[in-house]
Amino acid sequence: MTTAAALEASGPAVDTEPIIEVSNLSMRFRSKRSETLALDDVSLSVMPGEFVTIAGPSGCGKSTLLKIIAGLTLVTDGEVRLYGERVTRPQREIGFAFQRSALLEWRGVRKNILLQAEMRGMDRRHAEERAEHLIELTGLTGFEKALPHELSGGMQQRVALCRALLHEPRVLLMDEPFGALDALTREQMNIEMNRIWRETGTTVVLVTHSVPEAVFLGSRIVVMSPRPGRIVETLVPGLPDEREYSTTLTDPRFTTAAERLRDLLGASHVAE
Amino acid sequence: MTDDPSSDTTTSSATRSTTTSWENRAMTTTHGVRPAPRARRAAAASGGTRPESPARGGRGATTVTSAGPSIGSRVLSLLSASWRPVAVLLVLFAAWWFVAWREMVPAYLIPSPGAVWQTMVDDWAMLLEHTWVTTMETIIGFVLAAVIGVATAVLLVYSKTAEKALYPLILFAQVIPKIAIAPILVVWFGFGLTPKIVLAVLIAFFPVVVSAVAGLRSVDPELLELSATMGASRWKTFRKIRFPGSLPQLMSGLKVAVTLAVVGAVVGEFVGADRGLGYILLLASGNLDAPLLFADLILMSMIGVVLFLLVEVLERVLIPWHASRRGNLALASS
Ligand SMILES: Nc1ncnc2c1ncn2[C@@H]1O[C@H](COP(=O)(O)OP(=O)(O)O)[C@@H](O)[C@H]1O
Ligand SMILES: [Mg+2]
Repeated sequence: MTTAAALEASGPAVDTEPIIEVSNLSMRFRSKRSETLALDDVSLSVMPGEFVTIAGPSGCGKSTLLKIIAGLTLVTDGEVRLYGERVTRPQREIGFAFQRSALLEWRGVRKNILLQAEMRGMDRRHAEERAEHLIELTGLTGFEKALPHELSGGMQQRVALCRALLHEPRVLLMDEPFGALDALTREQMNIEMNRIWRETGTTVVLVTHSVPEAVFLGSRIVVMSPRPGRIVETLVPGLPDEREYSTTLTDPRFTTAAERLRDLLGASHVAE
Repeated sequence: MTDDPSSDTTTSSATRSTTTSWENRAMTTTHGVRPAPRARRAAAASGGTRPESPARGGRGATTVTSAGPSIGSRVLSLLSASWRPVAVLLVLFAAWWFVAWREMVPAYLIPSPGAVWQTMVDDWAMLLEHTWVTTMETIIGFVLAAVIGVATAVLLVYSKTAEKALYPLILFAQVIPKIAIAPILVVWFGFGLTPKIVLAVLIAFFPVVVSAVAGLRSVDPELLELSATMGASRWKTFRKIRFPGSLPQLMSGLKVAVTLAVVGAVVGEFVGADRGLGYILLLASGNLDAPLLFADLILMSMIGVVLFLLVEVLERVLIPWHASRRGNLALASS
């Protein structure tokens, strides 16, 4: 390999392997009475360090897609590769955050986060330090012992986020993590999410049906059609990595992308 | 309200002075949403005030401390919870006393409370011995039913084959009147403790299985998926997610089971025994000894009540999170 080629290869995301590769994926749910085509020929590559948001009307198969990537649902047709390897069973080298925070209601904040470590058999000391760090990073300090029902929705989602990040996964999959939050808390979580992404360098795939959230967070926005879910368009607004509500929301690149996304989703007769 | 909730807010935001302003905003927002659990409990316990209003007044501050309420306020809340049933009991007792005093019913049918009390005092050693026997039968039967019941539930939940083969049979077996089995048990096991324990197990088993199956099934499927992304083994998933999550339902099943275990033990004694409260009850009834009959009945009920309360205490120790979550019953019913 020549020096020039090597230099070129180390260039930004040109020649690197995708960290997630979804090819010609179709998913059909069969039950006794009906058959649902949830995903139809979906192909998608995610590069290391990218923040991909998947936007689409509800019921278009976003959750299904994410669960297939995580190996939680077995695919009917096509294949998924994670870190270059074919996904055939639940993947543990990922962090997964669910729409409902999925916390254990009998565990306090810290112990909920440490569940990740216990299940994986991580080194205890290291895990505790890491949990401490994440609690600080997400502003949960002072609430370490609080039970989930003593927390607001936003704080519950932060706990779920900490748990998903505890083992420093290279890939973070998030299924409408802020869907249940009020608008204000959601904005705050979006800013926080952007900061954590920049600070950790994690590759993130986040599913949402909110237009501003999709554009605000994503370095790339994948738009899906109503069921059967297909990828109709991919938007790359080209915004700087660091996002702030004051400047980003008025940035013409943001507004153009948001308008386009709204059109695409609106065309499919789906209100946000 | 004694502890000023606003002081908590100030300290917590002060310690986070390094965070950006929106985070503080987030904290203040979340502070505003939920009533303070401790403040609510303390206020609810402080005597005659209706619990709803302090809960509303407590809004605006979240004090997140795991420290429970003080002993004093616990006693107070116990008193405020129990005075009504105690009052009803006193009224019933007064009616009983009145009926016996005016001799409205012959004393061999309804003895006076004094006579019953006298019997208890005179025969305390004998009664204690038989109470002990019945209590042991009940406890052993209950514990066995709990262990076998939970094990069966785990088997039913984890094995489709076992579920298909066994669950219908368990449901069907429940239809067989257990009391009718008692004579057979005596034939099989003789007059010792065994037939009573077996009967207690048979009667208490069903609510344990049903509640444990319901509890284990009630697990949020997303929690199981979460566990899969953590690469956890089935055993770890069971130990850390499924089993703890099933405890609220299991505990209510156990409460039913423990009272039924008393019934099982006593019925076992009816059929063939030379010891136990059931045996004494038959003797007393044969002799038309009403005071002894009543004393015996009271002791039997006491066994049930005490064991029930013990299971409640166990519930509070095992799942304090559930009790606090269930929150205020007055609020729940309004
Ligand atoms: N386990 C399942 N069995 C049958 N149908 C399913 C299952 N999971 C999802 N579906 C169907 O697949 C479609 C897509 O679901 P989902 O991925 O949850 O959509 P989204 O997350 O975009 O709202 C829906 O029509 C849903 O009813
Ligand atoms: Mg979904």
